[in-house]
Amino acid sequence: MSHAAMNETQKGLVVKQAGPLALIQDTGRFGVGHLGVTQGGAADWISFRWANWLLGNALNSAALEIVMGGGLSFETEHEVRLALTGADLDAQLDGKPLAPNTSFKLLPGQRLVFRQPRQGLRAYLAFPGGLNAPEVLGSRSCTAREQLGGLQEDGKPLKVGDRLTWKGTAPAVRRIPESQGPRMPASGCRLPIVLGSQIASFSGHALFQAFNQPWTVDNRADRMGVRLTGPALHGSLKGIISEGIPLGAVQVPPDGQPIVLMNDRQTIGGYPRLGALTPVACATLAQCLPGTEVWLTPFSASQAQEDYRQQLMVWKK
Amino acid sequence: MKPNIEMRIETAAMDALMVRLFDTIDETNMAWIIAADQALRNAFGSMLIDLVPSYTTLLLHYDCQQLTHSEAIQLIHKALSGLTPVDTQAGELHDIPVWYDESVGPELPLVAKRAGLSVDELIEQHCNHDYCVFALGFAPGYGFMGLVDESLATPRLKTPRRKVAAGSVGIADRQTAIYPLLSPGGWNILGRTNVPLFEHAKRGEPLFRPGDKVRFRAISREEFEADGGDTTPMEERP
Repeated sequence: MSHAAMNETQKGLVVKQAGPLALIQDTGRFGVGHLGVTQGGAADWISFRWANWLLGNALNSAALEIVMGGGLSFETEHEVRLALTGADLDAQLDGKPLAPNTSFKLLPGQRLVFRQPRQGLRAYLAFPGGLNAPEVLGSRSCTAREQLGGLQEDGKPLKVGDRLTWKGTAPAVRRIPESQGPRMPASGCRLPIVLGSQIASFSGHALFQAFNQPWTVDNRADRMGVRLTGPALHGSLKGIISEGIPLGAVQVPPDGQPIVLMNDRQTIGGYPRLGALTPVACATLAQCLPGTEVWLTPFSASQAQEDYRQQLMVWKK
Repeated sequence: MKPNIEMRIETAAMDALMVRLFDTIDETNMAWIIAADQALRNAFGSMLIDLVPSYTTLLLHYDCQQLTHSEAIQLIHKALSGLTPVDTQAGELHDIPVWYDESVGPELPLVAKRAGLSVDELIEQHCNHDYCVFALGFAPGYGFMGLVDESLATPRLKTPRRKVAAGSVGIADRQTAIYPLLSPGGWNILGRTNVPLFEHAKRGEPLFRPGDKVRFRAISREEFEADGGDTTPMEERP
């Protein structure tokens, strides 16, 4: 892409009203944890990949992660086909409802609005060939805390007047097979967790409670971590020497209320852990609204990998 | 591997293993952690997704499309058998100029008082040691360093600040560190440096690496300003 094509004068999709949170995301930053740089990337990576798949994009192409909706609206300066997946945020095109998990054409003069969550929390909007955005450490993902990624390279969410441009011109027109598309979680859903070694430091009673009753997703939830509330879990370790934190790690601070560490987590930390949610479970949790009840379900690493590979196979067919 | 190292490989996630080498924080760990880091990077090659060394451990995230969990465990064993520590003199020594002043280091009086020192004596103490970089984390390029003299050890602020200026040099317990960019934080801030830690990390070439040594050097406001340092006072007071 030439410099001229990247500049402000290129036509694109313009933000008319900003919602609470819309971020440019791809699959995230890898191989940078040792720099203290977080992974980032689409929190519901399954819906994100479907959005790119619908347009025939490379599955890691940069797209928008839209949280809640909250009136976020766009107008386009030229005709474009976009794909929408993930949460049902009551999206409307000129006042007409848009079904999630489809692609649609947006024309100049039309307005695309994301209103409020009806099912799920995060919608993904993909663009032909992926969004143009500066790449930092191998990714276009935005992390506000680290001031990495984004149109202005400050990691900040979209704001009024931002103009999004994309790489491709002729997207594919695909349909997601009815049985395969992303499903938004319902209350009572299972979150597979691979148990870690520090599990032995928790009391038998705490472990029984961890896996035999539902946890409630708290409103203290963001891209760094999701707090679960329920009975306090206690163990013999109050803190540990800081060590690397994998995606989905379920850490238990002294108050006994678990926190699931998500894409924008700190790279090292010092609370004991039950284990880590599987990547598929992380995608599920990323769509859970506060108040949703979830069950932690122990899985073996090999069982979790089998599920993961099956999910990846869906896009290879 | 030296006889008193009992390596443990533990499951951390579906596709991540924790390699645990030690149980306590010690500068002598670093020669082994760095050696293990290099050996694992070499052994895993393109099968490695991320490797995060810390004080006593290395978290290894492997590509589960290329390796099963048990294959990854075997490969770790193979990579680390016969491991020998790196030469600890190999780490770089960094000279970090710091403007110690209450306007940008609001906890200078507090830490000095706790230690029974004058502010000048505290600054001298803080500058009088080559600190070991134990781990990078918290923010891009943020190095956890130590150990500061026991007399200077100060617990984190009860209420963390919402905004700690980039370049702030702080102490928490027996550790010391520099904030690479404006962020929330609860460390006791003593001064400010103009070293561009964040910019280095953003290029993928961190200034500090685990096992490096850092020596702070007190400079005047004039020297700090001449270097382009930001003298804006810290906004929040605890």
